[in-house]
Amino acid sequence: MEAFLNQLPIGLSIGAVLLLIALGLTFTFGQMGVINMAHGEFIMAGAYTAYLLQDLTGRMAVIVALPVAFLVAGLMGLILERTAIRHFYGRPLDTLLLTWGVSLVLQQLARDLFGAPNVQVQAPTWLQGGIGPLPYNRLFIFALALATVVGIWAYMNRTGQGRRMQAVMQNRQLAAVSGINTGQVDQRTFFIGSGLAGVAGVALTLIGPVGPALGTYYIVDAFLVVVAGGLGQLRGAVIAAAGLGLLNSYAEFWSDASLAKVIVFAAIVAFLQFRPQGLFVLRSRALT
Amino acid sequence: MRNSVWRSGVAIAALATALTACGGEAPASESASVAGGAGDTIKVGILHSLSGTMAISEVTVRDAELLAIEEINASGGVLGKKLTPVVEDGASDWPTFAEKATKLIRQDKVATTFGGWTSASRKAMLPVFERSKALLWYPVQYEGLESSPYIFYTGATTNQQIIPGLDYLKEQGKKKIFLVGSDYVFPRTANKIIKAYAAANGMEILGEEYTPLGHTEYSTLTNKVVQAKPDAVFNTLNGDSNVAFFKQLNSAGVTAQEMPVLSVSVAEEEVKGIGVDNIAGHPVAWNYYQTTETPANEKFVAAFKAKYGADKVTSDPMEAGYNAVYLWAAAAKKAGTVEVEAVRKAAGGIAVERPEGLVTIDGENQHMYKTARIGVIQPDGLIKEVWNSGEPIKPDPYLKGYPWASGLSNG
Repeated sequence: MEAFLNQLPIGLSIGAVLLLIALGLTFTFGQMGVINMAHGEFIMAGAYTAYLLQDLTGRMAVIVALPVAFLVAGLMGLILERTAIRHFYGRPLDTLLLTWGVSLVLQQLARDLFGAPNVQVQAPTWLQGGIGPLPYNRLFIFALALATVVGIWAYMNRTGQGRRMQAVMQNRQLAAVSGINTGQVDQRTFFIGSGLAGVAGVALTLIGPVGPALGTYYIVDAFLVVVAGGLGQLRGAVIAAAGLGLLNSYAEFWSDASLAKVIVFAAIVAFLQFRPQGLFVLRSRALT
Repeated sequence: MRNSVWRSGVAIAALATALTACGGEAPASESASVAGGAGDTIKVGILHSLSGTMAISEVTVRDAELLAIEEINASGGVLGKKLTPVVEDGASDWPTFAEKATKLIRQDKVATTFGGWTSASRKAMLPVFERSKALLWYPVQYEGLESSPYIFYTGATTNQQIIPGLDYLKEQGKKKIFLVGSDYVFPRTANKIIKAYAAANGMEILGEEYTPLGHTEYSTLTNKVVQAKPDAVFNTLNGDSNVAFFKQLNSAGVTAQEMPVLSVSVAEEEVKGIGVDNIAGHPVAWNYYQTTETPANEKFVAAFKAKYGADKVTSDPMEAGYNAVYLWAAAAKKAGTVEVEAVRKAAGGIAVERPEGLVTIDGENQHMYKTARIGVIQPDGLIKEVWNSGEPIKPDPYLKGYPWASGLSNG
């Protein structure tokens, strides 16, 4: 019984990890419709940022790296958007191939820069230990995911930039004729989305490997959350991440990790039969 | 099945013909028996994953093999000829291993090849080497139950690593064991052997869990392990999963004292990536550690650090790759030629002092006599030996010498 009850907070904490890796994608994929396969490598860039900062800040690297990784990954995203992706808007399959190629290049670049073996990022000592089945580092990720969601919500709904971003997403042509510089909004959206991947990467150093292949382990899960939650829907992403986390936790508890993956995929396929557009659907008057 | 093997054979042969045709330089009369031996150098192949998910491990083995070649060349080469390595990338993709092996044999006409890491890559290369009657030296511990006449296995088979690991746990009074492994052939075969051993030795298996390769979410598994309260965990996870598993186990408050996790795929190189905070105190089972005290090892560690950097560590698979080159050279010297059949015949019984101690080639199954060593991970990231088998153990890939294991080899 205790083991069974433990799975509840464990499921929610798995959900927090899923949410954190998917939040960036709700911008680039959800808002802009860009299938960015290199999103995982932006997560990796965040993790390596924490690794590099370690020399300067010691065990505090994980905290200091959060804003730095946001900038590093954000700039990488911005460069990718300006040099390549913007020429492929409206061509999702080409974008997919392009960004997949970019992701391979970035992985090999990491291998050349940092070596093929994993590196270690030391966690702050005050993150050791835990309450019940939840270690402090999981609670930290939980809090970080929560804070990020609140931050994004405030940005989208309480600032002019955020409102313009929503306007472009809902109806690009109308936003453009209303005087919004849609190209600039695209850049900003891509910067923020990629930057959030960097933040997720820093958090993941607490629980997972830090190596060139890091991004590949999380990219599929990130897309799952966004698709199940509904494109561009913050609310949807939060609920989908929590739901998938719990489903994963209990499915693995009753079967095993391999079967749990199958169950989660099957559940998503079944769910999309009933709600092809995910949990929440953006209602817009745009002609698409 | 037979049909498809035959067809892929035709495909490979066709590919090889095409490749040779492209090469076009080798005279057609040159027969396979003098492969690699023509001219004043001898070509040897090195085939490891230098890209993809396995690169993390295999690059270091390549480095060790290149070091051995360099050392042998510095002391006069083999049969008066210098060795020239031809390095190919298996790219963590099993069909690529078969393709590159064919290229090394047919186009480069290498005298022998050192390569592979995963059992999948070895299984992919095996038919290529057997058909071409060419030699492969495979440097990694594996699940046993195989003995190809054209492969020399320089890593441990199960009775030189897994069974000594179990003996050690039994000696320590650990009776309730939990099995954790990656979901593919090596862990599943290893666990079959472990369960048979446990049944015969009064040990109890409390649980058996597999996770896909590359899995990184271990909180549920940790919960299961903690609730089952085993005396010890036998860990056959491979690759990056080990990092996530040990990080999450450690932050769940599991200590090596109360629940040691014995690993068979975590060596010095992996400890660095896992973070020594997360794994110090846990035992591992291998045949060699950087700290193993032999004169040959002092030399090996110093040479490796001099060539690749003072922060580099040496590990069991690297040492087995390093040995492979020396063992082949010794067999070629004894045979007086690099011709494959002569080398195979000469190899049996060759005994050489290596960094891990005395290594003898078993002429019958082409595995090595190796000393099993259990080590405990130290706070400095190195591994200290706490137990060894006293003498090199005769390799027994089919576990014929263990009554409890009858019935395993045919399943």
